[in-house]
Amino acid sequence: MPKIKLAENTINQIKEICAQFDNQEGELINVLHQVQNKLGYLPAEVQEVIAKELKMSLAKVYGVVTFYSFFTMLPQGEHPISICMGTACYVRGAEQVLTEFKRQLNIEVGQTSPDGKFSLSSLRCVGACGLAPVVTVGEKVYGRVSPQQVSKIIAEYQQGCPSEAKSA
Amino acid sequence: MTDYKMHLLVCGGTGCKASQSEQIKNNFKNQLQEVGLENDVQVIHTGCFGFCEQGPIVKVQPDNTFYVSVTPDDTREIINEHIVKGRQVDHLLYTDPNTKVQITESKNMDFYKKQVRIALRNCGFINPENIEEYIGNDGYSALGKCLEELTPESAIKMIMDSGLRGRGGGGFPTGLKWDITRKVENEQKYVVCNADEGDPGAFMDRSILEGDPHTVIEAMAICGYCIGANKGLVYIRAEYPLAIQRLKTALTQAREYGLLGENILGSDFSFEIEIRYGAGAFVCGEETALIHSMEGKRGEPTFKPPFPSQEGYLGKPTNVNNVETFANIPPIITKGADWFSSIGTEKSKGTKVFALAGKINNVGLIEVPMGITLREVIYDIGGGIKNGKEFKSVQTGGPSGGCLTNDFLDTPIDYDNLLAAGSMMGSGGMIVMDEDDCMVSIAKFYLEFTLDESCGKCTPCRIGNKRLYEILEKITDGKGTPEDLTKLRMLSHVIKDSSLCGLGQTSPNPILSTLDNFMHEYEAHVNDGKCPAGQCKALLQYVITDEKCTGCTLCFRNCPVGAISGEKRNPHYIDQSLCIKCGACYDKCKFDAIKIA
Repeated sequence: MPKIKLAENTINQIKEICAQFDNQEGELINVLHQVQNKLGYLPAEVQEVIAKELKMSLAKVYGVVTFYSFFTMLPQGEHPISICMGTACYVRGAEQVLTEFKRQLNIEVGQTSPDGKFSLSSLRCVGACGLAPVVTVGEKVYGRVSPQQVSKIIAEYQQGCPSEAKSA
Repeated sequence: MTDYKMHLLVCGGTGCKASQSEQIKNNFKNQLQEVGLENDVQVIHTGCFGFCEQGPIVKVQPDNTFYVSVTPDDTREIINEHIVKGRQVDHLLYTDPNTKVQITESKNMDFYKKQVRIALRNCGFINPENIEEYIGNDGYSALGKCLEELTPESAIKMIMDSGLRGRGGGGFPTGLKWDITRKVENEQKYVVCNADEGDPGAFMDRSILEGDPHTVIEAMAICGYCIGANKGLVYIRAEYPLAIQRLKTALTQAREYGLLGENILGSDFSFEIEIRYGAGAFVCGEETALIHSMEGKRGEPTFKPPFPSQEGYLGKPTNVNNVETFANIPPIITKGADWFSSIGTEKSKGTKVFALAGKINNVGLIEVPMGITLREVIYDIGGGIKNGKEFKSVQTGGPSGGCLTNDFLDTPIDYDNLLAAGSMMGSGGMIVMDEDDCMVSIAKFYLEFTLDESCGKCTPCRIGNKRLYEILEKITDGKGTPEDLTKLRMLSHVIKDSSLCGLGQTSPNPILSTLDNFMHEYEAHVNDGKCPAGQCKALLQYVITDEKCTGCTLCFRNCPVGAISGEKRNPHYIDQSLCIKCGACYDKCKFDAIKIA
């Protein structure tokens, strides 16, 4: 992966977050949450800064980042698409929906489309099992999604602004 | 609250929020203002009502009218008809699918009739963002009773006598756990609430936190008083933003009211609660892994003993309980151990919350007394199988549990019976499957989950589960051999016997229980190259029967890959090389012309 040069104020932002938690090693997960919240992802260069601030080894930081599925080292697409693969959604056909998203976007789970517009992930249960299968695009939740609706959902975001109507 | 003549309770659970319940609430507020009733009618966002299948739900009080599947366009009608003119809006009432009779009040619905709500007592009744409503419903009186009347020993004795067992799945007696932690001597102890609900398809903990966060805060404080801890930590999934926000609001309010902090209610007991965020790791539901995660490390489990009650968070004695367990504590203290132990079976007391989902008519969150049968849950409360299909199996206990058949439908649900039947209580996910679900694929689905979530620390779990998954994949691809079935069973037992933590020790359960209960399905895959449920794509082909096809073009129009060709009013044809076997044509065909071969 090409090395990224972090901007000076990005580094300062990271340092500030670390300082908020008194540069405590035990606060690593909280720090990572906040930094990812701000930057969108946690590339190696960001982890280096955090390791230095918290006075711990980079390997340990990397170990924690890769352990938890919530943290990502890759930038997310403009519209992150998540397909719920909880059991309730699975038995109501989430796998076919996921296959259809993969096919239409031509990317695998965990990847971002070349134009940076969409990224695809699967998640475990959003707790809206009554609406299974569930797909989320950013903050918006689509319930009772069928493979036939996939192209419609993608189209909503390809033209720029998503339509106001929420599908139920 | 007394100033208002009427209340509109709008479900603010995650499921209903996804169906625009926020918009419904806002519409009500704006439209009430337009007609000048904003001071007479209060609009409240409550926690989950449980009846998610019919969401979004709006309840009108004081007459308890229960409106289902409400949309933002219905709000004006509810105001004009119900609020202003006092007439029910009939088309928004729930219709009983069997009798076709409209039912006004929830207590008369089959879905609610057999439920007993203890942990969920306030969900859907109070505004979770207003501490006064919780206090108005007996809230914090249990904490008050403990501080004023009960010694820690006598409070623990009440919990022990009640027979409450851990609701996170293991079923360890809660009172005993508290007692053990109490007896360890240390200046600093911790109370931890495990809200890292990782079981896919289970959402009871989040619903409690979203619908009644104060009950968890109160119970944690009681636990702190009993075991001698002054610090509590809630370990919650970062994926639960709404639950986190409500919990934060509740914590602030509890501090303002002096129910958290120094010298609570004028006593010399002080208690404070902090929130810790999980970051998506199923194994963190395991106590030792959870504690490591709270310390900012990788959430890997360690060998027990030492148990957390001896050496837990930061090496100090720590009592870990799950959200639902805590939610049972305040009612036990206020109503007494005898009341609680009068509900349930001999060894499993009280109630259990289940997230009922899958191929069932009434998806939702239910709380039932222990000892109820699966049949009552699935057919009476759940309303039976969706689309009139045949029941095949019910899965309890999530990735650590098993799949039960018809034969177990009349077994009373409790910890020990479910274990004896080859499954487990687990945290409360209950997924119903019908004739269209392939049990080999279900086992594979759970294995894929375990594979993803195995932390990799111990070999049997990390490598063994991978091998199990490969064998299952081979079978669903139609390449399995009879020896594979023997290997599956043998390897499963090795993993169970030799893994370090609960995750590995239970991960082969979905395989073992399906091998025991659905051997014929495995054999059909391996010996006949067939998937009886028609789910394993490698083993099936969709073909159009020329005689039945009317050439309506419906399949042609619905095929996502353009694999279907044919002229209007002439039989169509599926190109097998293009077909992705999604089944869309099969589902859409009105003439039964598409067959699975």
